[in-house]
Amino acid sequence: MVSEPGAEPKRHWLRILFVLPFVAMLWVSSYNRLTPALFGFPFYYWYQLLWIVIAAAIAALVYRAEHRG
Amino acid sequence: MNAPALAVFIALFLLVTGIGFWASGWRAGDLTLLHEWGLGGRRFGTFVTWFLLGGDLYTAYTFIAVPALVYGAGALGFFAVPYTVMVYPLLYLIFPRLWSLAHRHGYVTSSDVVLGRYGNKWLALAVGVTGIVATMPYIALQLVGMQVVIGAMGVSGEGIMKDLPLVIAFVILAAFTYTSGLRAPAMIAVVKDLLIYLVVIAVTVFVPLKLGGFGSVFSAVPPAKLTLAAPAADSYGPYSTYATLAFGSALALLLYPHSLTAVLSSSSPGAIRRNAALLPAYSLVLGLLALLGFMAVALHVGSDPAFADGFKRYGNNFAVPALILAVFPSWFAGLAFAAIAIGALVPSAIMSIACANIVSRTIYRGFLAPHATHAQESSMAKIASLLVKVGALVFIIFVPVPYALQFQLLGGLWIIQVLPSVILGLYLRLLNGWGLLAGWAAGTILGTWMASTTSFKAAVFTLSVGGTSFPGYIALWALVANVAVSVLLSLLLRPFVSPAPELAEAE
Repeated sequence: MVSEPGAEPKRHWLRILFVLPFVAMLWVSSYNRLTPALFGFPFYYWYQLLWIVIAAAIAALVYRAEHRG
Repeated sequence: MNAPALAVFIALFLLVTGIGFWASGWRAGDLTLLHEWGLGGRRFGTFVTWFLLGGDLYTAYTFIAVPALVYGAGALGFFAVPYTVMVYPLLYLIFPRLWSLAHRHGYVTSSDVVLGRYGNKWLALAVGVTGIVATMPYIALQLVGMQVVIGAMGVSGEGIMKDLPLVIAFVILAAFTYTSGLRAPAMIAVVKDLLIYLVVIAVTVFVPLKLGGFGSVFSAVPPAKLTLAAPAADSYGPYSTYATLAFGSALALLLYPHSLTAVLSSSSPGAIRRNAALLPAYSLVLGLLALLGFMAVALHVGSDPAFADGFKRYGNNFAVPALILAVFPSWFAGLAFAAIAIGALVPSAIMSIACANIVSRTIYRGFLAPHATHAQESSMAKIASLLVKVGALVFIIFVPVPYALQFQLLGGLWIIQVLPSVILGLYLRLLNGWGLLAGWAAGTILGTWMASTTSFKAAVFTLSVGGTSFPGYIALWALVANVAVSVLLSLLLRPFVSPAPELAEAE
């Protein structure tokens, strides 16, 4: 069981979500366009900025799942 | 000379110099502080790690070069954003495991990890030297950032006088790194971040307001620059370039010695995982920073005669200083330039400490003086940190740097070659030291050769497979060759070399 500080917590199946940022960002042709724009930002820009937030949310979600109790 | 800007700049620079030395005095009174760093409360660990890693990702070079690339190349320069999107899942998944291994065995650098895993000191030397060689131009890049802002304030001279301000700044840096160690950059990072957030928010609010919203910023840019050019039928063109640059850079970033220093100095694997969720706050600011390049386009700073000299001397790297000078009063420009210069000091300090660790642990103790005492080892590290900085300074004074970002990409090409040795070994037991050393050599030679075909000017090489061409980041192509050779040779050598020990798993 988990005892020493260096121990790995139990891996949660939600880790599979970490695939999403890679698929989204490497699939360049899916976001290489100007529309729809948001607050004046062309799609290319707000979409990639949005993925910063999504990837952070995934990390937070997986962290909560793995470090509960 | 811009006197108000220079006055604010010097005042802030003196402030952080004071903090740098004050950090050392405080530590001298409390010897357990370094120890606290390794074992401190979880909250403290997360907090300091956030600043240390943030300082690594978010340097003076970032502030200058990323907007400069967006200014010059448009959409391609935005690859810094998907790059940072992909870094944090890697941080979450891989580095807590590395931390645990290092924690258990007292490893300080990636060379230690490799030596412990494979018992091959030549592989450890290769990993260590790669780290130092890749980091040197990175430190030099920080100086480019500093050089540009000092020039932007109209400080100029001839001969030796030309480089004097840079030399002074570096002597100060060397002095407080020598006396305070890692504690100094960690404290200065707080000031640096406050200043940079202030500047970024001011620019991203004020410039669009002046121009009439972000829509006006983007519509001032030629539409062809706003997205990547659609590739021809037989090529993946800009798409594969963009994707491989982002992915390769993400793989490379955390392998740099200074990143590992920050990761390994955190208090627990949990602190690292929490940072995978918290550090993206920096990425958002980085994304906004990249857009400063378009704001510079929208304000036509490139055709302003007042900035002609700056663009002539520093190329597109002058875009951000020109933007700041064009929009803000002198005193605020001084504050912004100080933020950039301090943003150069923090990572330079961490980088030179990380290199110094490698020099004293791997080269000095590993090869030259195996029986060195702890005191000798640490004084060697201090001297090495000075040598590394002098090296970077000489590099920047005598080597002209027209394309700062490309230089960093070449360093990335080399550092990524340690990935099989440092990371894959955590997962694959079939690898062994000699196989990995051969893979490292193959990747380094192939990557350097590919870069030489572009006269070391570009980081992209076009592979052709069955009539379809894939232009992509050289580092990634070379890494594929590296992994192939490492695995193949490890299998062939298996009967002759004992495998790495099984990693203890807590599951």
